[in-house]
Amino acid sequence: MQPFEYASPKTLKEALALLGTGWGDAAVLAGGTDLLSLMKDNVMAPKRVVNVKEIPELKGITKTGAGVRIGAAVTVDELANNALIRASFPALLEAAQGISSMQMRNMGTVGGDLCQRPRCWYFRAGFGLLPTHEGKNLVAEGDSRYHAILGAGPAHFVSASSFGPALIALGAKVKIASAKGTREVEAAKFFVAPQNNETREVALQPNEILTEIVVPVSAAKNATYEIRQKDALDWPLATASVSLTMKGTAVGSARIVLGHVGPTPFDADGAAKWLAGKSITVETAEAAGKAAVESAKPLKDNAYKVQMAAVAVKRALLAAAGVKA
Amino acid sequence: MSQFQDPGERDKVKGKGSGFSRRGFMQGVGVTGAVAPALIGTDAQAQTAPGVVGPAGVAIILNINGKATKATVEPRETLLDVLRGQLDITGAKRVCDRGSCGACSVLVNGKVMYACSILAIDAQGKQITTIEGFSMTGGKPHPVVTAFVANDAQQCGYCTPGFVVASKAFLDTHPNPTYEQVKDGLGGNLCRCGTYVGIRKAVLEAAKMMKGGSNA
Amino acid sequence: MPEYRWPDMSKRKVMGQRFSRLDGVEKSSGRAKYNSDLNKPGMLHAVLVTSPHAHAKVRSIDTSAAEKHPGVAAVRVIAPAGTEIQWAGWEVAMVAANTELAARDAAAKVKVEYEALEHFVREADLKKVKTRAKPAGEQVEGDPEMAAKQADVISEGYYGIPVLTHCCLETHGNVTQWTPDNKVEFNPSTQSVTSIRGDLARLLSVPAANIHVHQDHVGGGFGSKFQPDRWGLESSQISKQAGGRPVKMFLDRASELILGGIRPSGFANIKMGAKKDGTITLWESESWATGGIGGGGSPPIPYVFTKIPNRRQSHSAVSTNTAPSRAWRAPNHQQACYLTCAPLEDLAAKLKMDPVQLLIKNAGLTARPDTYVRQLKKAAELSEWSKLWHPRGDAGKGSIRRGLGVGAGTWGGAGHDSTARVTIHPDGTVEVELGSQDLGTGTRTIIAQVAAESLGLRVQDVRVKLGDTNYPPSGTSGGSTTVGGVSSSTRKASLNALEKLYGEVAEALGAPADQLTVSEGKVLVKDNPAKSLPWKAACQKLGVKTISETGSNVPAQAAREGLNTGGVGGVQIADVSVDIETGVVKMNRLVAVQDMGLVINPKTAESQIFGACIMSICGALMEERITDEITGRVLNADMEFYKLAGIKDIGEIVVHLDITEENDKRGVIGLGEPPAVPGIAAISNAVANAIGLRVPTVPMTPMHVLNALAGRKS
Repeated sequence: MQPFEYASPKTLKEALALLGTGWGDAAVLAGGTDLLSLMKDNVMAPKRVVNVKEIPELKGITKTGAGVRIGAAVTVDELANNALIRASFPALLEAAQGISSMQMRNMGTVGGDLCQRPRCWYFRAGFGLLPTHEGKNLVAEGDSRYHAILGAGPAHFVSASSFGPALIALGAKVKIASAKGTREVEAAKFFVAPQNNETREVALQPNEILTEIVVPVSAAKNATYEIRQKDALDWPLATASVSLTMKGTAVGSARIVLGHVGPTPFDADGAAKWLAGKSITVETAEAAGKAAVESAKPLKDNAYKVQMAAVAVKRALLAAAGVKA
Repeated sequence: MSQFQDPGERDKVKGKGSGFSRRGFMQGVGVTGAVAPALIGTDAQAQTAPGVVGPAGVAIILNINGKATKATVEPRETLLDVLRGQLDITGAKRVCDRGSCGACSVLVNGKVMYACSILAIDAQGKQITTIEGFSMTGGKPHPVVTAFVANDAQQCGYCTPGFVVASKAFLDTHPNPTYEQVKDGLGGNLCRCGTYVGIRKAVLEAAKMMKGGSNA
Repeated sequence: MPEYRWPDMSKRKVMGQRFSRLDGVEKSSGRAKYNSDLNKPGMLHAVLVTSPHAHAKVRSIDTSAAEKHPGVAAVRVIAPAGTEIQWAGWEVAMVAANTELAARDAAAKVKVEYEALEHFVREADLKKVKTRAKPAGEQVEGDPEMAAKQADVISEGYYGIPVLTHCCLETHGNVTQWTPDNKVEFNPSTQSVTSIRGDLARLLSVPAANIHVHQDHVGGGFGSKFQPDRWGLESSQISKQAGGRPVKMFLDRASELILGGIRPSGFANIKMGAKKDGTITLWESESWATGGIGGGGSPPIPYVFTKIPNRRQSHSAVSTNTAPSRAWRAPNHQQACYLTCAPLEDLAAKLKMDPVQLLIKNAGLTARPDTYVRQLKKAAELSEWSKLWHPRGDAGKGSIRRGLGVGAGTWGGAGHDSTARVTIHPDGTVEVELGSQDLGTGTRTIIAQVAAESLGLRVQDVRVKLGDTNYPPSGTSGGSTTVGGVSSSTRKASLNALEKLYGEVAEALGAPADQLTVSEGKVLVKDNPAKSLPWKAACQKLGVKTISETGSNVPAQAAREGLNTGGVGGVQIADVSVDIETGVVKMNRLVAVQDMGLVINPKTAESQIFGACIMSICGALMEERITDEITGRVLNADMEFYKLAGIKDIGEIVVHLDITEENDKRGVIGLGEPPAVPGIAAISNAVANAIGLRVPTVPMTPMHVLNALAGRKS
């Protein structure tokens, strides 16, 4: 780990004043479960680390006119035990439970989950977001078993976020603050597939802090299904979060978002549209799952993830609709 | 015994140049380089002001096992490394050092966390409980420890303190756990020798013992 | 000379009891000090600079900036210009400083120029390994051609089991101090306190008598921690260079996984033939394996069923640019077991035969037919085989498919060279000292049990002191040889000491020394138990003297003395559920039926088997060192993607300890390794039974399972 300065501001304003204009200037520290590893591996070497855990504006889960507001520094554990979340958003609860480590749930924050860097082993070894070595594309020609099957490229890492797919499916917005003011971004647009090694995977600027997430409350049925090898702490291989607004027994409108299959959560818009007007059965859920991965372009080693992603969609839909497989 | 015989050495590592102007920040201590810890106020500076400290050594106070403990740390030092090195509190182990294995588990304000992924400077003002803080009271082992021994829930023992801390934290929130809950609850720790069978039994037994009033 | 034989099973009071381990409270309370926990006054911290290239020549190395870094005490070049690097992670330099942070910062300033050379790091595909393979020549037994022609059924397949890493939780390393008086204080993390002294003496050219080794606990070894290693040598040199300051040098996690321990792989194309009734007639194998740059890894196949009459075998050692292999818990046996028991199960499926029946039918091809038949039946009973097993692939229609599979293993495990010293003090205190180590197997505890049993005392009356070269020499803890060695030496030393004590108290008891015995804390006259002295009173007769006697296990005599032997069989049956839509395999149950000798502590013995089973589950489903063809590096040198099972990932484990009068008569037999052998094969067979086809390579990750189901090559 490179040396850095440290500050632990008590207000958002102070925190924003401590950020810089370049990514190397300052890093925001919340749970630390990702940032510390990145710094130990010298993937990130910020000159300053700004702890945001003491900032009241970033805390708490409250009901507002726009929905449920989740502070970015809310921990996974707080989220999983919150009555508002449990009442309306099983998709978020299930994503939280998928982080099967008490320690990780106590430390990790919702904002940190959204902003965490990819787990791509080439990225973590210092080869960048679009890793190459001696002119070779490391992901395409190397070991791509855990990499992307969806997305337009050129990035092939997978977004590691647990909550991103659920928040997108639920139509959430994220609030971002800088010294100049605040802005609001749809969760779907918060994730960005980088086009080069200098940009980030999220729509944050170096001088900005993600402050809160607002999830609209509706009657939509929602669920998340994660496929992980281990029951103990483990990265999912594919996940799906779905949200279904029902019209009687049929689907009025749907959102289907896949996780861990592309450099951003993958919004399977076509599959969602196809579901409209249909009821959820094993057959329609399976067909929607297949439709969701129609555009998949697996790499050398990860064809297996295509089926897995389709199955995650199927199972999430069945869970949301309460249909037994 | 401190691993740092000459405390002045710790501050000889000068911080790299930063693009920031430091005017307006209260503490210049961290940025001037070779300042002996004795010259640094004993107040935990980062705690109360939006000041910037470091990158060189900063005097801090950590509340460890109920005791205010002085340390001098660079901001980049993890709580785990400061515990194990400078403070010679070695029950928490450095194994994966990346928040994957749980061998470094400690309680922070009663919640179990990975000490390898916490900056020591960020642990100021919090109640830190290591395994040493509760495992023996007046020569008597904590029920979790007793149950681990009775159920042979340790082999090489290197993951064991982390598991005991995690088990205690789990039982604090699940005083009447089912077998399934125990398996779900301890997913943040790994063992290489394969002691899970004993640990499952131990946690269930400890729950019973703690209800029986033998909790230390 | 005393009669060293073990007391009759029915007469033992302390041995055979389920004692909790003596260092349990120390370990579970966090007070146990491992050498990686040591903080010595004035201690330096050393870190390694390692090569990012898998194959390269060092063009130049410049340490000047590192040397000038504040707090740096020494920089040692390990790989000078001209060195040919043979694997990524190769030790290039070592930097020591007042703090670990300073050492790391300085290490980053060591400038090394490399000339990158071509590397080769993946061995799974035989076509690609040809130029790096060293064939050992073909071995033929019987008439394989004829057997192939005459066989009713032929089964052929490709099978692979990858390189694993030991992933000890306490990394390899040491604290070392080489003082100006040419003495070395060495605190390693080791499986061999006694022999590491001699090894270090040779490396440092220091008389062994000048080296003192001490270790109270070791955080895992599994076969990988016998040598002082390059880091032991270099860090000792640094200590000397720094005027005798202690130096702490433990590998970081990545280096631990890359350098600290490698289990060789094993791959094979295998053809088996049998008669309709299941009689196996043919074995043909073309196998290859890598254990790093020097090749290595030669699984003894066919395994257990060694007497297949017609055999053709060829094996190639493949040289890869990866770190060299080390011994593993049962070296080569898991690979051999997988490469034999998986094809056997495939043959059974082709014969449409119950695989347990196939193994029973062919038990005559093994070295211990009766044992295996008994174990197969017992394992079948405990796993509810007759109820739960079904013909391959006949597991119903849903997405979750359940299956059962069987594997069989064998191991030696006779006691190693060991000397114990038992000291009886006038106040009655008893100390047992051995230059041995407790890897977490319960060595301390069983030594206390043996001494207590032999002296008529309780376990708490005995103090066991291990882990120090001031104690008598004891062998390395490898090959499951420790329990036999230390129990036998402790037995002999205890009885030798007791004989001396009898001599001292004979007069007081008014009986000849050879008429005395001990029982329940008393020394008494055999024929007249009313005449007795409490242990303490007896020891008081020593006055100012102490009794200090040694006893040795001599492997060549041990079997004759009836104290320890080797050679066991074991059978395991796995019960799994496979989600055929996701490829995720879940363990329901693993049943282990283990052949054993005299069991000193059933509790710790059981723990050994639980642990071995869990290690097999990890190996069958999760563990695999993944190397990158382009960069030549290990991609998963961490505990996130080098996956180990967690507490919920292991299902239920059922252990059958075969504690019988008959087995007991064999003496003590090591138990660390035997149960670590059959599990991987059993689990692979269970998956095949569940999903109707073989996942050819382990670990059976969702990727490999889905690829097999889809007919894709992994």
